[in-house]
Amino acid sequence: MLALAARRIIATVIVMAVVALFVFSLLYLAPGDPAAVIAGDQATPADIARIRQSLGLDRPFFIRFGEWFWRILQGDLGRSIFTGSPVSELIGQRLGPTISLMVLTVAFAVAIAVPAGVFAASKAGTWVDNCFMSLAVFGFSVPVFVIGYVLAYVFALQLEWFPVQGYTALADGVWPWFQSLVLPSITLGCVYMALIARITRASMLEVLQQEYIRTARSKGAAELDILFVHALKNAAVPIITIVGIGIALLIGGAVVTESVFAIPGLGRLTVDAIMRRDYPVIQGVVLLFSFVYVLINLLIDLAYTLLDPRIRY
Amino acid sequence: MALLEVEDLQTHFRTPDGINRSVDGVTFSIESGQTLALVGESGCGKSVTAMSILRLIPEPPGKMAGKIRFMGRNLLDLSDKEMRGIRGNDISMIFQEPMNSLNPVLTIGRQIGETLRLHQGLSQKEAEQRAVDMLSRVGIPEPTRRVGEYPHQLSGGMRQRVMIAIALACNPKLLIADEPTTALDVTIQAQILDLVRDLKTDIGAAILLITHDLGVVAEVADRVIVMYAGRKMEEASVPELFANPKHPYTEGLLGAIPRLGSSLRGATARLSEIPGMVPNLKKQIDGCLFSERCYKATDICRKIAPGLEEKAPGHVAACHYASKEMVPA
Repeated sequence: MLALAARRIIATVIVMAVVALFVFSLLYLAPGDPAAVIAGDQATPADIARIRQSLGLDRPFFIRFGEWFWRILQGDLGRSIFTGSPVSELIGQRLGPTISLMVLTVAFAVAIAVPAGVFAASKAGTWVDNCFMSLAVFGFSVPVFVIGYVLAYVFALQLEWFPVQGYTALADGVWPWFQSLVLPSITLGCVYMALIARITRASMLEVLQQEYIRTARSKGAAELDILFVHALKNAAVPIITIVGIGIALLIGGAVVTESVFAIPGLGRLTVDAIMRRDYPVIQGVVLLFSFVYVLINLLIDLAYTLLDPRIRY
Repeated sequence: MALLEVEDLQTHFRTPDGINRSVDGVTFSIESGQTLALVGESGCGKSVTAMSILRLIPEPPGKMAGKIRFMGRNLLDLSDKEMRGIRGNDISMIFQEPMNSLNPVLTIGRQIGETLRLHQGLSQKEAEQRAVDMLSRVGIPEPTRRVGEYPHQLSGGMRQRVMIAIALACNPKLLIADEPTTALDVTIQAQILDLVRDLKTDIGAAILLITHDLGVVAEVADRVIVMYAGRKMEEASVPELFANPKHPYTEGLLGAIPRLGSSLRGATARLSEIPGMVPNLKKQIDGCLFSERCYKATDICRKIAPGLEEKAPGHVAACHYASKEMVPA
């Protein structure tokens, strides 16, 4: 277990270095010149050149990458071209809402989608199954912003159960915090839930055919025990894999969801930074998202061995 | 009163191209402490009969009719909850494939303990302790270590011992063993059969043994039923059946057993075989189901299905041509 963890962590570090290289190359690959943006419409070419020089944009690629990477290793993500404040500080201010949104979304999605998939599989071919799977197709196909606006209209404007927009920090009370995130989480989680429910169903269908399920029945185990103890643990590996991979979906979706519900999170920060060609901020945010994604998938790889004793790396 | 009385059991399956009569009107009974063998080739309905007794047939597509009386109660009338109280407690089952019959992600101890927790209300800890006892009873060395292991850490024979431990944990009155030794090496087969026999005597259980191996039947069973195409063809005590088979199908099965040294004697080196295939159970067949493959068959066999008749004391067969012994008046 420890050797495995060590090997996987080394692999993760290598992956992160490659990711960093890509993130850094963004600056060269993306259209638009930050110096020109900063200088504004009236600037002369000489002004732009001066700004380029002051930002260090005129020096060779690998030298700048080396310097940049070295600073990152020391925890310094640079400063925003626009506001001049450190990127880590900007990210720090926006981290809370996004993490809250992500965590609640994953929690909602797993709590709803896994049991839905399990029941759909146990009732395969019946109307229960058809209902769940039609909902899943619906969740896949309706765009995030449509779901967001519809939910906001019905549950916030008409029924007034939840606030229409905005975010309340956890420090200001658990209940207001939860209320402000219910609609965004469900909005963001729709596609994710659909994905998890479908994979759960497929994985469970296969497991329910197995002979050890018949053994469990022959022992007199109750149906719920058979589904959630005997079968689900065997079906868990593909399910948690998709939970991990799906985090990527959430990161993309968070940008839209935060806009719809006016949540001051990293998604909004990213969009603003892209608009302004604020490269240090974009790099910082993308690097952070990649790191979170790789880290979660590392944890999931480690979790395989806990779920299935046959898995040894 | 017999422990188990199966009366005119019919287990049919609805399929897209018609109804499959996997078990069609089978009647038999088992006394306490008796070992009854159910033999026949693959697809003759012996496993479906076993699964029907525990009501493990999924409905739909399956459908059961008839009566299965266990200690006087018709199991087909019980609620699901009452049925769960019987499974693994009064009637338990061991399966053919020890490789696939154990849950790969739960420990051995957990799987043995489960029946005890379900039926005897033991706590997790007590159940684990009893699981250790059960493991040593079925002859697994180092039971305290093994109890925390997973199925993939055990050999095939060991896993079948674990299955037996699970099945016998609650001292069932009836043990259904569905081809318990088929997937094992010959040496292990003998050990497992001995184990089943010893434990059966210990706890006084009856056994319904499903097998296609007549060698196993001769070894452990008291009575034997020969099934073919979902019907009972012949029933007799084991010595009687081997000495005096009445049904041509039984003769065929006995003729197909290889005998040690038979090739040395020359002439009859070749085993006899039964020509043809099991009939399609989705088709309505008027005559004897075996008539297409039977060397004795005549027109009457193809038109009228023979009923089960007592051909000798305690020996029934369904054949127009099975000779009837004169029972002394």
